[in-house]
Amino acid sequence: MTPSAVASPDWQRIRSDFPVLRREIDGRPIVYLDSANTSQKPESVIDAMASFMREGYAPINRSAYRLAAAATDAYEGARSKVARFINAARPEEVVFTRNATEALNMVAQSWGRKNLRPGDAVVLSHMEHHANIVPWQMLVDQIGIELRFIPLTDDGLLDLDGLSALLDGARVLSVTAMSNVLGTINPVERLVAAGRAADCMVMIDACQSVPHGITDVQAWGADFVAFSGHKMLGPSGIGVLWGSSEQLELLPPFLGGGNMIDDVRLDGFTCAPVPAKFEAGTPAIVEAVGLGAAVDYLESVGMANIRRHEMGLTRYAIDSLRARYGDDVVIHGTDNVELRGGVLSIAFRDIHPHDLSQVLDESNVCVRAGHHCAKPLMRLLGANATVRASLYLYNDRSDVDALVEGLDGASDIFGL
Amino acid sequence: MPGLEDLYREIILDHYKNPRNRGELPEPAISVEGHNPLCGDEITLYLDVADDVVRDVKVSGQGCSISQSSASMMTQAVIGRSVTEVRAVIRRFKSMMAIEEDGLEATDAEISLGDLEALQGVVKFPVRIKCATLSWNTLIQALDEAG
Repeated sequence: MTPSAVASPDWQRIRSDFPVLRREIDGRPIVYLDSANTSQKPESVIDAMASFMREGYAPINRSAYRLAAAATDAYEGARSKVARFINAARPEEVVFTRNATEALNMVAQSWGRKNLRPGDAVVLSHMEHHANIVPWQMLVDQIGIELRFIPLTDDGLLDLDGLSALLDGARVLSVTAMSNVLGTINPVERLVAAGRAADCMVMIDACQSVPHGITDVQAWGADFVAFSGHKMLGPSGIGVLWGSSEQLELLPPFLGGGNMIDDVRLDGFTCAPVPAKFEAGTPAIVEAVGLGAAVDYLESVGMANIRRHEMGLTRYAIDSLRARYGDDVVIHGTDNVELRGGVLSIAFRDIHPHDLSQVLDESNVCVRAGHHCAKPLMRLLGANATVRASLYLYNDRSDVDALVEGLDGASDIFGL
Repeated sequence: MPGLEDLYREIILDHYKNPRNRGELPEPAISVEGHNPLCGDEITLYLDVADDVVRDVKVSGQGCSISQSSASMMTQAVIGRSVTEVRAVIRRFKSMMAIEEDGLEATDAEISLGDLEALQGVVKFPVRIKCATLSWNTLIQALDEAG
């Protein structure tokens, strides 16, 4: 049963649950605006991992003693929590990977090499992260497939007018649920329906969306969904590939080794059942426990509450930047916070993003400066780099104010 | 903690706002592209070498204040020098950036870096060392191609 979230969370108390955000550098608090990159961790996640290592650590799935059985329960318990969190039909549909990147590569390689032939088309979008471009480009080299890209509208939404033409004859549709540069939230159900109508295998890169809102993989109806633990308050080193039971049964294993086999003889092997088939070697046991605790924490706050909180903050950030700087600040993507998450890629008065982030760091404002692992999109925006401020449940208006104020410091130094 | 004034010295901002030797050189000048994968900066460096002398260098492309000012000052420091001298200047600069790839030669200490000394503060901001050395690494590549 899903633990019930509170009606209106105490956001100040939530902020105080994150030890890094209680730290000061040079006597001033840290303004963490880089959660699209990676998120901070609450005490409960840190404690769950530490106490598991102190009291419960043992191998999983291999040994008969009680300590090992309890460790297996902890690991599988985390799988069940994640499954419930994304409304998977069964825990076995959740495969633990190293991160979303590994999950996306796993599908591209395992599904792609089994099913794709020279000349087959794979449809992606122009706003993909490199992790949903390069694995397919590798198949261009390995198999000779063709890549097609859904274009974008001027305000950074997917331009779906020509979608059925793009999907015509294609074998795969793989798109992001939310852009890590523009914040655009894509219409996943509509995309999946279009992919289905064209008989495509459909994969969703949900790395940016899962941490910030309600995820219902059954309602989405895709074949595969990939996301990372470290962006959703969990530790680095663990991610998830969700697959429908049908697809996971058919999918060949990616890595071979221990844990993923049923039997091995000198002349061959048979696979363990799903999901062990895809979890070769000792997995990230401690990290799985941490991810389970992260899911508990997010559910206790409530994903709908988190989405509302971030929508309000995003509106406040856009309005504050515009009010203070007018046309001197460019905020990429749509103005409509119903259609975007709390990711703000900005350009400011011709000051290079690297210099901006350096100056912002003086006031402990942590933002990403760079191409955000989405160079094709950056070329489309006509920028080598942007400064990206990204929001999460522990941010409040004071963080946005510090960002707005900090930009002024850059103007002073560069005389603009 | 080092202050921003250590990084953004006046002379650096001057070279950033008014870059020297910006642009392109026609063939047969050698052109080499340099990338900083960290921030996406891309430059193209044009090198004209004849009779073992660096006759001209130009740089085009985009970058932050540190990479652009470093490129600007670098062109001034190397134009007109022999290739051997230029390689010594590169070694001196890299050692100032706390990078010692080939090791300094005894005579390198005599080389004055002039304006480039202003970039000394970059060492206190390790993330930015890659910005300061982008044009230099591209120059090394161009010199290697020139033979």
